[in-house]
Amino acid sequence: MDGMSQIAPEGAAKTDDILTLNNIEVVFNDVILVLRGMSMSVGRGKITALLGANGAGKSTTLKAIAGLLETEDGAITRGEVLYNGADVTYVPADKKVRNGVFLVMEGRGVIQDMTVVDNLRLGAFSRPGANTTKEIEEIYEFFPRLRERTGLAGYLSGGEQQMLAIGRAMMARPKLILMDEPSMGLSPLLVKEVFGIIKRLNKELGISILLVEQNANMALQAADYGYIMENGKIVLDGPAEELANNEDVKEFYLGGGERRSFKSVKSFKRRKRWL
Amino acid sequence: MDLNWNLLLQLLLNGVIVGMLYGVVAMCFVLIYKSTQVVNFAQGEFVVLGAWVCWSMIAWMELHFIPAFLFALVFMTLYGVIVQVVVLRPLVGEPIISVIMATIGLSIFMQALMNWVFGNNAESFPDIFGGWKIEIGGLQVEAGYLLSFVLSIVVMLAFFWFFKYSRWGLAMRATAFNQQVAASLGISTRQVFAMAWAISALVSAIAGIVLGLVNGVSTGLAFIGIKVFPAVIVGGLDSIVGAILGGVIIGVLENGAEFVDGQILKVGNMYKVAPFYVLILILMIKPYGLFGTKDIERV
Repeated sequence: MDGMSQIAPEGAAKTDDILTLNNIEVVFNDVILVLRGMSMSVGRGKITALLGANGAGKSTTLKAIAGLLETEDGAITRGEVLYNGADVTYVPADKKVRNGVFLVMEGRGVIQDMTVVDNLRLGAFSRPGANTTKEIEEIYEFFPRLRERTGLAGYLSGGEQQMLAIGRAMMARPKLILMDEPSMGLSPLLVKEVFGIIKRLNKELGISILLVEQNANMALQAADYGYIMENGKIVLDGPAEELANNEDVKEFYLGGGERRSFKSVKSFKRRKRWL
Repeated sequence: MDLNWNLLLQLLLNGVIVGMLYGVVAMCFVLIYKSTQVVNFAQGEFVVLGAWVCWSMIAWMELHFIPAFLFALVFMTLYGVIVQVVVLRPLVGEPIISVIMATIGLSIFMQALMNWVFGNNAESFPDIFGGWKIEIGGLQVEAGYLLSFVLSIVVMLAFFWFFKYSRWGLAMRATAFNQQVAASLGISTRQVFAMAWAISALVSAIAGIVLGLVNGVSTGLAFIGIKVFPAVIVGGLDSIVGAILGGVIIGVLENGAEFVDGQILKVGNMYKVAPFYVLILILMIKPYGLFGTKDIERV
């Protein structure tokens, strides 16, 4: 652990990280290098945001953590994933879920041809013998809207599907939730609601959260700490407020700044990004 | 023309009963296709092997029918798991054509093995019913057919319960929907695959033993694998309800064709080909089968 802490990013509490990635390298189909030395950590009981443009490798990072690369013919070729200090780099996905790491997939991953209740019951798959009937009631307290939805999950609206996906994650009683673009395809009002729920999960249930987002603004508002990723590695990190006020971050991700004329657009393109 | 209408009714009733058995085997086929995306061309051999194992326990080990039946079920369940682990697990992620070739190879291998172990002759099960029959509205139903009907219903109800309420049934449906999503929920897709083959082999064995009780058992019985194919295609490759209905449709058609042939056309053996004509007709109108979803991977 001590040797590793040197490469742990500055500012992250070294001893109290629930998850640490050290120099992860991920290759797809044996040739395509997607993550090139990715290092980051997630504080226990904290919300950590991972931001970046399309194709930066954010989703791949989450799948690498959850152990889901196998289904896409990808593999971790170097580096290590530490969960609670233990090396879990090559632990299969089902065991990770049992250990409390749960990925809420992009596009929500709700099973469309099953009812809401069955989706929720499946969330508790990793805990045989769980009293699902009682626990589903608790989920309904969190998401009253789901209680009235008795039909198939495929007929739910986008926001409801996202809530179902989060509710399903809660059924697994995770300690760390990896959330892949929860705001995707949702209206601004719903985005706010979903982020409110994420904060509640964190505050009320004490679940650590690693949040991957395109909506950098919302993500940095909710998060305690943030990482910015480009071309398969971290290029910048810091406390969320600091990042939100960083000029470069503002320009590239938050849509702020003064560049409006065509000329400045060109300079925007010429400008070297963090590499 | 003086047609024997009573015969027609009798044939149709047989058609429904046999068709339900086809439906059961078709369900096994769909189960494997849905949860593992494998087209199992050895399904018919699974049916026959189940029957042979039960028969050999009775004939060679002199067991009673019930223990022999249970032994065959246990044996076939294990056999299904072994086939999945040895033959199909290494092929996960390989092109669909390789997987199909593997199951065709498995079918040939099993046929040869059964010919070697059990011989080429047809054998009959000891008569456990004593020629007992019942009459329903003037129609005779042999005990074997009645057992077939009851077991088909039991298997269908069991499937329904399993996929609707059991933890592993839901897990299998999740895997059929999307393997990555299932894995993200903590479901081991390897276990699901093995389980799909185990259940399929187990239920095939039930169908095989019932068929053996009625018609005797011979390795040629594997033709049911071919008959089930139209049933599966008619119903749609990925629909369990469709499989049952497809089975009944094929069973009724077969017997209907036998009636038309025997009473009117007198061509002979028409019942063997009639289902395939209907198969072609249905596929011309509904290429994905009656209940199939349109985004299925076509083979």
